[in-house]
Amino acid sequence: MRSALKSLRTLVAGDPYAGRVVPPSGFTAQLTLFASGAMAFLAVFALALSLASGRLAERWGNELAGTATIRIVAPQDQRAQQTAAALQVLETTPGIARARALSDAEQQALLAPWFGSDLPLDSLPVPRLIEIVSAGQGFDATGLRLRLAAEVPGAVLDDHGRWRAPLVAAAQRLRLLGWLAATLIVAAVAAMVTLAANAALAANAQVVAVLRLVGATDRYIAQAFVRRFTWRALVGSTAGVVLGLIAVWLLPSGGDAPSFLTGIGFQGIGWLVPLLLPLVCAVVALAATAFAASRALRSLS
Amino acid sequence: MRWAGANVIELENVAYSYGGGELLSDISVKLAPGSFHFLTGPSGAGKTTLLKLCYGALLPSAGYVRLFQTDVRSLERDDVAQLRRKIGVVHQDVQFLDHLSVTDNVALPLTVSGRHAEAAGPDLAELMNWVGLTNRADARPPQLSGGERQRVALARAVIMSPDIVLADEPTGNIDWEMSQRLLTLLVELNRMGKTVLIATHDLGLIRAAKAQVQARVLRISNRRVQLAGADL
Repeated sequence: MRSALKSLRTLVAGDPYAGRVVPPSGFTAQLTLFASGAMAFLAVFALALSLASGRLAERWGNELAGTATIRIVAPQDQRAQQTAAALQVLETTPGIARARALSDAEQQALLAPWFGSDLPLDSLPVPRLIEIVSAGQGFDATGLRLRLAAEVPGAVLDDHGRWRAPLVAAAQRLRLLGWLAATLIVAAVAAMVTLAANAALAANAQVVAVLRLVGATDRYIAQAFVRRFTWRALVGSTAGVVLGLIAVWLLPSGGDAPSFLTGIGFQGIGWLVPLLLPLVCAVVALAATAFAASRALRSLS
Repeated sequence: MRWAGANVIELENVAYSYGGGELLSDISVKLAPGSFHFLTGPSGAGKTTLLKLCYGALLPSAGYVRLFQTDVRSLERDDVAQLRRKIGVVHQDVQFLDHLSVTDNVALPLTVSGRHAEAAGPDLAELMNWVGLTNRADARPPQLSGGERQRVALARAVIMSPDIVLADEPTGNIDWEMSQRLLTLLVELNRMGKTVLIATHDLGLIRAAKAQVQARVLRISNRRVQLAGADL
């Protein structure tokens, strides 16, 4: 990495005349600009997806890890008594910040999406729900279950672990896939630049022959091509990143109730992450062209 | 740097094979500093190959090629490139960078060796004047005539003030008058102390040169080099 950065510095501050010895235009110039721009554009979305998934996994993990629910499944005439007993147990359980039984109105609101708002809750065997908010390191779920089994037979503790784990795992996997996609995109840039550099070197075999005749070292010749392709990749990917960021910024927001799809994007310092892409593309282009030039110049000897 | 006493190019028992056949065999040639040599022989005899061996563009299949007392086989490719800056080469089918002007092409050896300041200096203007191309300085190589191209190639070959000038059929594509002008320039270079080796089958050119300078003629025949007789 250090040598790559050194090469990049040499490239930026190095011999400005070296670039002139290679013919200025050609199909590979447009190809490199377009491809690196398109790849950077896609990479911005891959990063947005990855960062959004990461945020989602973290939020789900934090929110669900801090809460639990107790369902009181008991005959109607015992429900209030068992609810009070459960709340008493919770009061004496370490690691619980607060616990409260949901009111009829709150339970009705929870069921409204499925049964409508005029559900006669009293006439149905709907369990009473107790919301638990844990404190600090949380509570001992196994110990609480044992106590509830002994003192409140109708209480069922749900710490959300059963469905929380796969959701968090899925979000984390999605984050990983986002990074993998970004990495593959950068690898595709490397492959494309290698092909374009090979084509340019082959098309400029006569230029290489002239340069060798007048005493140019292979390092000098390679640097002329490396400089050109690195700049093209830098310019193309910068344009791609700018367009990508604008597109992400224009994505519709979820407002106060963000969902996964409307949450795709960058937040805070995350907006700076895509700005590294042009630099990464330039370093990748530098390495790819240096590799291609080294091989091509050997074969042109 | 002068190479007083030491040969600037030395070929010792050199053979060169290509495609299974031996093109040159048991060649031994020594070029002293400031000498003037012609290399002659029929087409396909191996003049260009021998010239390429003399500036490290080809490596011998057997024997030794020493440039400035250094065995070329012991050098890395980039070292050969550095050494080549002391050797100016003019080819019959000269090649230029067509996207650069004549001046930039002449200055190319300075550019690739990092001496940009000199590329814009008075020496370059003087050199352009010496080869009679001041009025064509901004032209592109495809716009030049055959004779002009040869003179640009000669200017490019000598701009680094090399110790040796190698020319491969430099008058092959130009008329008699222009070839005489080119020969005069090469003779002038030799008088400045440069070693000159010209590969040619133009006997008229050799005779014209011998009238102006003490030149030795090497003839390639049957894959070997021998000193030509006094008839040349």
